[in-house]
Amino acid sequence: MKLLSFLAIIFLLSGCAPKPWVKPYERARLADPIMSLNPHPASGSYEHHVRQAREGARGAEGGAGGGCGCN
Amino acid sequence: MQLKALFLIFLSGLSAAAVLPEDRADLLYHRYEGGGMTIQGPSVLVRKSVKEKVSVSANYYVDKVSAASIDVLTSASPYEEERKQKSVGVGLLSGKAIYSFGYTASDESDYSARTYSFGASQDFFGDLTTVSFGYAQGDDDVSRSGDPFFSEEAKRRHFRFGLTQVLTKTWLAALSHEAITDEGFLNNPYRSVRYETGTGYSFQAENYPNTRTSEATALRSSHYLPWRAALHAEYRRFEDSWGIESSDWGFRFVQPVGKHWEAELRYREYEQTAADFYSDLFPFQDAQNFLARDKELSTFDSTSLGVALSWEFYRNRSRFLERMAIRVSVDDYRFDYKDFRDIRVTGVPPGAEPLYSFDAQVTQVLLSAWY
Repeated sequence: MKLLSFLAIIFLLSGCAPKPWVKPYERARLADPIMSLNPHPASGSYEHHVRQAREGARGAEGGAGGGCGCN
Repeated sequence: MQLKALFLIFLSGLSAAAVLPEDRADLLYHRYEGGGMTIQGPSVLVRKSVKEKVSVSANYYVDKVSAASIDVLTSASPYEEERKQKSVGVGLLSGKAIYSFGYTASDESDYSARTYSFGASQDFFGDLTTVSFGYAQGDDDVSRSGDPFFSEEAKRRHFRFGLTQVLTKTWLAALSHEAITDEGFLNNPYRSVRYETGTGYSFQAENYPNTRTSEATALRSSHYLPWRAALHAEYRRFEDSWGIESSDWGFRFVQPVGKHWEAELRYREYEQTAADFYSDLFPFQDAQNFLARDKELSTFDSTSLGVALSWEFYRNRSRFLERMAIRVSVDDYRFDYKDFRDIRVTGVPPGAEPLYSFDAQVTQVLLSAWY
């Protein structure tokens, strides 16, 4: 474990961070609004609220956050 | 050709490097109907950035509740109430980092909640990786209608961590984790549990532990399909100190149609186990320290299937208004309880009533303007 940590620190300090394998000009499709994880925030937080009120699970909903504000 | 390449570089810069949310205003009408409950109201969200360095947002949300659910029918009277929630948020862009601050106030006649949140996100490795973390703290005041002497509090803390990764030219993945701790009065002051009396059953007040800690981890994946469509998938696992374990998965398929229309199909499955102190029917009064018969803490599964259709009816790239769209969505939920019985059914021995299930429909109409 110590060796792994040591190697990780050397790797980061040496400036050997991985080169971006998807170039900036290759990201047009990722930028398309249909790829958004939370395309309509008002609607997204409402849907989280609907589920939180009826399910035992909570958290890691992604996109909208800030707490449910409900009991 | 050069122009096209420049445009693509510009576009990709917008997507991958840290950017503030878009300037937009949304007016949402939402309606939930099912299991004897009707909850509806508006939500208004406005976001505006200043000099592309600061973004401010404000949200006003209302839940107008008309309740005659199975819990209400079997232990109380149908009621109506209203919850109003106001939120404000600020996002600050600094290099490749975004810092955000938020405040939410939620009020109803017998419950008020105040939540403060802070978050930060930073792009790394040629903007292929985004790491984010967040903290939120909530202070709740609980009262009970018709009982001026009842006053309780609860404190909530949220710790969030997220990692978003560009995997290929057409594939994004995101991992998120959230730990939540609650302390204080965590049960519903009106709800009761039932216990056997020998000749039938009777009711006593619920009693929950004063603390709860939960962990949730979710993995999300978004694929851009060759014909311009997107497939989003997600899986989440959850567990808490009350003994509830759950998992859910779902997908969302987004298909643009022509220049102005967009269709969406989504499906989700959810299942959970019951809290350790949950029972549909306790063997006798005060059978244990902690008692719950809240169906949200029981063993159940649910599915939801939904469709959405949006129409962009205005696009003028004028200086003040870029575009406008309307979106309508309908989701159908089904809940099947495994150890929560429908005690409206009489004439059978306690514990032999049929298991409860219900359907609910969620309708949303969203009018959006980008400026």
